[in-house]
Amino acid sequence: MTSQMTGAPGAQPLLQMTGIVKEFPGVRALDGVDLDVRAGEVHCLIGQNGAGKSTLIKVLSGFHHPDGGTIAWDGEEASFSTPAKAIDRGVATIYQELDLVPHLDVAENVFLGHEVSRAGFTHRHRAYERVRELLARLGHPEISPTRIVGELSPAKQQIVSMARALSRNTRLLILDEPSAVLDQEEVTNLFRVIRDLAAANVAVVYISHRLEEIREIGDRITVLKDGRTVATGLAVADTPTSELIRLMTGRSIQYVFPPRAERGPDLGGPVLEVRGLGLAGVFTGVDLTVRAGEIVGLAGLVGAGRSEILETVYGARRASTGTVAVDGKVLRRGSVGHAVRAGIGLAPEERKSQALLLDEAVYKNITVSTMARFARLGFLDQREERRRALELTRSMDVRPDGVTRAANTLSGGNQQKVVLARWLLRDCRVLLLDEPTRGVDVGARSEIYQLIRSLADRGVAVVVVSSEIDEVLGLADRVLVVREGEVVHESAATAIDEAGVLDLVMEGRVPA
Amino acid sequence: MSHDTARVERAALETDREYNPALALLRTSVGRNAGLVVALALICVVGAVSAGDRFTSTDNALTVLRLAATIGVVSIGMTFVIIGGGIDLSVGAIVALSSVWCTTLASQQFAEDSHWTMMVLIAILVGAGCGLVNGLLIAYGNIVPFIMTLAMLASARGLAEIISDKKTQILGAKGTDVSGFKDFFNREILGVDVSIWIFAIVAVIGWVLLNRTTFGRRTVAVGGNPEAARLAGINVKRHTVYLYVLVGVCAGIAALLLVARTTTGSSTHGNLYELDAIAAVVIGGTLLTGGRGTIVGTVLGVLIFSTLTNIFILNNRSFSEQSLFKGAIIVAAVLLQQRLASRSTTT
Ligand SMILES: Nc1ncnc2c1ncn2[C@@H]1O[C@H](COP(=O)(O)OP(=O)(O)OP(=O)(O)O)[C@@H](O)[C@H]1O
Ligand SMILES: [Mg+2]
Repeated sequence: MTSQMTGAPGAQPLLQMTGIVKEFPGVRALDGVDLDVRAGEVHCLIGQNGAGKSTLIKVLSGFHHPDGGTIAWDGEEASFSTPAKAIDRGVATIYQELDLVPHLDVAENVFLGHEVSRAGFTHRHRAYERVRELLARLGHPEISPTRIVGELSPAKQQIVSMARALSRNTRLLILDEPSAVLDQEEVTNLFRVIRDLAAANVAVVYISHRLEEIREIGDRITVLKDGRTVATGLAVADTPTSELIRLMTGRSIQYVFPPRAERGPDLGGPVLEVRGLGLAGVFTGVDLTVRAGEIVGLAGLVGAGRSEILETVYGARRASTGTVAVDGKVLRRGSVGHAVRAGIGLAPEERKSQALLLDEAVYKNITVSTMARFARLGFLDQREERRRALELTRSMDVRPDGVTRAANTLSGGNQQKVVLARWLLRDCRVLLLDEPTRGVDVGARSEIYQLIRSLADRGVAVVVVSSEIDEVLGLADRVLVVREGEVVHESAATAIDEAGVLDLVMEGRVPA
Repeated sequence: MSHDTARVERAALETDREYNPALALLRTSVGRNAGLVVALALICVVGAVSAGDRFTSTDNALTVLRLAATIGVVSIGMTFVIIGGGIDLSVGAIVALSSVWCTTLASQQFAEDSHWTMMVLIAILVGAGCGLVNGLLIAYGNIVPFIMTLAMLASARGLAEIISDKKTQILGAKGTDVSGFKDFFNREILGVDVSIWIFAIVAVIGWVLLNRTTFGRRTVAVGGNPEAARLAGINVKRHTVYLYVLVGVCAGIAALLLVARTTTGSSTHGNLYELDAIAAVVIGGTLLTGGRGTIVGTVLGVLIFSTLTNIFILNNRSFSEQSLFKGAIIVAAVLLQQRLASRSTTT
């Protein structure tokens, strides 16, 4: 499936970056990277967590100032030293971590920095009209321009970011792991938009850890490894996936799930018992039993209510009906403290807003839920904290591996590992994982799968929410499919295949 | 976090982003505090040049510290509240109420009958009580800290006026004997007033509390990202209550220092302390948005302000000029802080 529209191949590239160097205190994030992008092509940028992908595109969008190298735009050397300059040239960026202002409404966000105005007065009606047009073009006419952005789901927020990019005269659109917050259907929609843009001669730089997507949408590929370009301009059509993985990782690892233990009857007793759980307006009547050593997967569309189910079980939202019990003991509704004491842990979906203390050291982020264990009479033993945190980050291959650096100096995938590490440190009875591998690269992914499986083998009851159906099916013992706030299917993971889950997700039933 | 995205925005709209090593250093808290030390040193040079011996004498140094002690104790408490994502505008009023309450004839009589430390206890309990009310209503009543403590500011001072009948209460008036109290607070240890020692002890305890204990770590978490803290299993509401009680206790201690120094309790005590304390905390590099700050910075902020006041007084400049200058310093410090904050957002 190569892309249909490849605008004027062979023509001079729209963008040519040569020998780009970017240093942060203690790390050389980019060490001579080359990248050329042509108008009308979809250029994919791949590489492991921390390879420098986000840093590279931030250099391009004027967010970072490079320490070396040159950038040519339309064949002429150009400076991208400020975001304003980059925007003026027609570079629009959708960052990995969304960058909208949550308290403003959709229209205000779209036109932030270039408000539709007449004589200094913002022109609301015209702005709303244009936003409506843009959203319709993006396939989401249902989003109202007056909605407050903070209330939208991450997927919708991304649409708003896209609308912002399209509201300007964009010649190069950069998307940093856009599919991480999207489900299959929305990815399809995104690809449609990308193809339209490419057909209109816009260049697109697309970053993703999902190689299937790259096969589907990409024209050419550039591979980064440890801040260097290891291959550039590979044609998607004639580069096998195994070759890509070898280029990225330097070894040939397989994207595998750990084997399910041969158990069944000797599975432990029920640990987590959820009965008739409901949250007004979001989901109803959820029954869920997880036994010790079992991994249960929740599949479904983003917005189907899966994250809300986890958050309600955890007490972060107050259930309107039903009960949650751990080891037979019913938990108080809406009390996180009670759930945590009963041994439940939750790794939430949004690492940046729900999990991390970005300015704080990595080890403090890891021990924040287990602090009391490192304290005597309230005094913390920080050396012990650092030692334990380092053990975990090493075992999960967090790079770079110093635990005293601030969390915001880690790449997105590595931040995700830090969030997971927090809950691995705590001996949970029940672990609720919401999109545990979001933004994590191929290599680290299998390590995380192994970790989750080994936790289960130690008797932890695990619930995993994932938008990647193969992940749910590969990792979980049992699968629940959630659709519009209801569990529509429950079976052993081996008893259903990907197509079956997709049908359930879309239609709510398996077609005969 | 919302302020985080706001910072990204600000950074995105910023025009000039050249890398500057000096600014990079100033971004770390150690570097920032070093900057404050330099600022303080410069101010001392100005003092020495303009007022000569009168400024450089040991006596004057003690005067500066004595001036710093009362507001300093309040500022340490304020640092915690602000790092925890809140603000307390009622500290000055709490100081007034505590001072009046512990100097009422009844408490003096009470203290005389049992022990002078009863007065100390009363002052601290009154502070803690006000803090508890603030904290409970903010955390469980979901009242914005600014509004709640503004209300407390009005009510606490009102109550102080009612209790004192708007009259200054004199310590030891009407024949009560509170000499134990006076003797304790007006003593010198190693040539330094007890009040200065108390400030030092509060500061050290504050530092340890913030940097070495679970309480401090939780404070940073609650202020830095309340949602993440909650999902990590921290009881954010309860912690918020603790923070306001803590600042209330600090206000109670400050009231004692003030009562001892002036030998009076009055409903006008502690006027505008909230502003001085917030200013010192902000100058000290604590972010008003919460999640980041240092005790050392606050102490330096307090010292900078009290040294400045001292220099103005020694040079016979008016109080108005002094206020004008203070305002300018606050604006400069916040501007610098914002520049640093927006530059440090690179993820
Ligand atoms: N502000 C910063 N300060 C210090 N180091 C940083 C900073 N931002 C990024 N880095 C480092 O630069 C390297 C490259 O990070 P980058 O975010 O570009 O990775 P990435 O390829 O986008 O990874 P991911 O797939 O996980 O998103 C990493 O080692 C990271 O820790
Ligand atoms: Mg990235």
